[in-house]
Amino acid sequence: MDKFNTIISNAIPLDRSNVDTDAIIPKQFLKSIKRSGFGPNLFDEWRYLDHGEPGMDNSKRKINPDFVLNKIEYTDSQILLTRENFGCGSSREHAPWALLDHGIKVILAESFADIFYNNCFKNGILPIFLKKNEINKLFNSITDTPDLQLQINLSEQKIYLGDDSFTDFEIDPFKKHCLLNGLDEIGLTLEQSHEIKNFEISYFKKNPWLVKQKV
Amino acid sequence: MAKTLFEKVFDQHVVSQKNDTFLVYIDRHLIHEVTSPQAFEGLKLSKRKLWRKESIVAVPDHNVPTTKREEGIVDPVSRTQVETLDKNCKEHSLLQFDMRDQRQGIVHVIGPEQGLTLPGMTIVCGDSHTSTHGAFGSLAMGIGTSEVEHVMATQCLILKKFKTLKVDVSGKCHPLVTAKDIALYIIGQIGTAGGTGYAIEFTGEAIRNLTMEGRMTLCNMAIEAGARSGMVAVDQTTIDYLKDKPFAPQGSLWELAVEKWKTLHSDNDAVFDKEINLIAENIEPQVTWGTSPEMVAGISQSIPDSESISDNRKGDFIRALKYMDLNEKTAIVDIKLDKIFIGSCTNSRIEDLRDAAKVLKGKKIHDSIKLAIAVPGSGIVKKQAEFEGLDKIFIDAGFEWRDPGCSMCLAMNADRLEDGERCASTSNRNFEGRQGKGGRTHLVSPAMAAAASIYGKFIDIRNEING
Repeated sequence: MDKFNTIISNAIPLDRSNVDTDAIIPKQFLKSIKRSGFGPNLFDEWRYLDHGEPGMDNSKRKINPDFVLNKIEYTDSQILLTRENFGCGSSREHAPWALLDHGIKVILAESFADIFYNNCFKNGILPIFLKKNEINKLFNSITDTPDLQLQINLSEQKIYLGDDSFTDFEIDPFKKHCLLNGLDEIGLTLEQSHEIKNFEISYFKKNPWLVKQKV
Repeated sequence: MAKTLFEKVFDQHVVSQKNDTFLVYIDRHLIHEVTSPQAFEGLKLSKRKLWRKESIVAVPDHNVPTTKREEGIVDPVSRTQVETLDKNCKEHSLLQFDMRDQRQGIVHVIGPEQGLTLPGMTIVCGDSHTSTHGAFGSLAMGIGTSEVEHVMATQCLILKKFKTLKVDVSGKCHPLVTAKDIALYIIGQIGTAGGTGYAIEFTGEAIRNLTMEGRMTLCNMAIEAGARSGMVAVDQTTIDYLKDKPFAPQGSLWELAVEKWKTLHSDNDAVFDKEINLIAENIEPQVTWGTSPEMVAGISQSIPDSESISDNRKGDFIRALKYMDLNEKTAIVDIKLDKIFIGSCTNSRIEDLRDAAKVLKGKKIHDSIKLAIAVPGSGIVKKQAEFEGLDKIFIDAGFEWRDPGCSMCLAMNADRLEDGERCASTSNRNFEGRQGKGGRTHLVSPAMAAAASIYGKFIDIRNEING
């Protein structure tokens, strides 16, 4: 995983609550056995006017000009601004894969669904909880000035709006450490192999029916 | 110290702890074809091994066809995914119920049915509806593919302790009010983010009175309230269900296990982070009218008046009604349907099929219904239903009787809604496009879906059907 550096970008205002992972990446694209290539189908049903299927040439499809992702000013944005309960529904990690593939590195929301929130960190995306009034303020500022640059500084845990400090944000220290250093969690856990093996010995002694299962 | 059920199971699986982050041991890892291929590939690339093969049970369910199965999967992309699962299972010698195995079915149906889901276990699967297995007093949660790979390689997950939420439903439900109605009612009360960050434990007389099938339906929907896990304490109903299941312990090990399982309940003086108390008698058959499971009403009610919706929700309310092609204040009983779907990991177990068949017996589906399908949750459920003659009741009524799989719940296979079609569905999500682009989903119980198929619209089964 790449190390997470400071992100400077304008933000895409997706003014909806309860955006579910089916909307982020519809099921027909889940048939891929790869982790990459989902970007062109991010928000497929909102982004295009026709029905999308895997293998289509997306550059030839009819675009929905009203959908915010299709506005020229947000083509290179790395930040997504949205409302409550973002990423609810299915656990599909294809959702963060699609966001990342499109270039999104930071999501600002009032709240996130648990599984989606976790999945983001595994892929180097930083999801940030902000208060309702802060989210409202950002929506207002962006509506006035779509190219307003936000700076997301993870090591300082600060967001800057233009040159001004906007707010601080919270993040779990372990998750921050992993993101900043691009660490592989599996490798970290395997450093505790000895503890896991010891746990198994005492655990199966106490729960012998789990050892004997015919599987 | 007094503990909640969640704390008991969680604490017994802690391998190590650093501040508020725990390394938690996982007993059972269920996998399916959609969220596992990238995890297997990741393992291969990093040259890592599976930590405990015996913990893994695999089954293809999302992509499998529910008709003409002997002809295989027509869609080449779906076929590749299922074949990749076959290949990975073979390569690592994993237990798999493949498409030709009668035990194949929806992952959250077959786990309990085979006795592979046991009380007190930690259970994960790359699927959000893994919460289903919490019905057995286990700690079960959906995970993403990176975590699937993490569990494969280490048998552990890195977790923080969830907060605990007790949802108590006191009293007795009307005989035609089911676990599905209880689940939708709870979501209507607390919202789709009401359980975020929590493990929910369902308690109270109405919950104790549910069968295991009902408890699974309820815990299945915990994720739709935002909770990664839903749980119900172990009691005699749990133990009776598991007795003699193929992979359940036998003989003296069974006795030993049962003794331990009986401790899997919250202590009387255990403290929850939050408690919600509901009354069973207030719960009517539920119908969702919008594009989020929290947009739900009782059958005797109407879609809300926009004036009753708070300003910050108004945009979502208007967008949902536009998508659903419905108006505010429309009575739920005035909503007409095009298609009926009975199935999914929420409602495809034998009891669900019995509930629907009871309503359908001797009746015909309405002329306006273009398609009605019943999709059993597993080959074993299908066999049992056919043994009881339920298939004939469905077929005589005009339903198609299908092979097991996820089917039209998420429409990854050929079963889907066309643009603008309206469906009474026993599944779990009414999101935009979930059952097909432009498709409109109303979530209901199996009996309500069956009744809607006869009338072509929703009806209050409490008035029309003999419980």
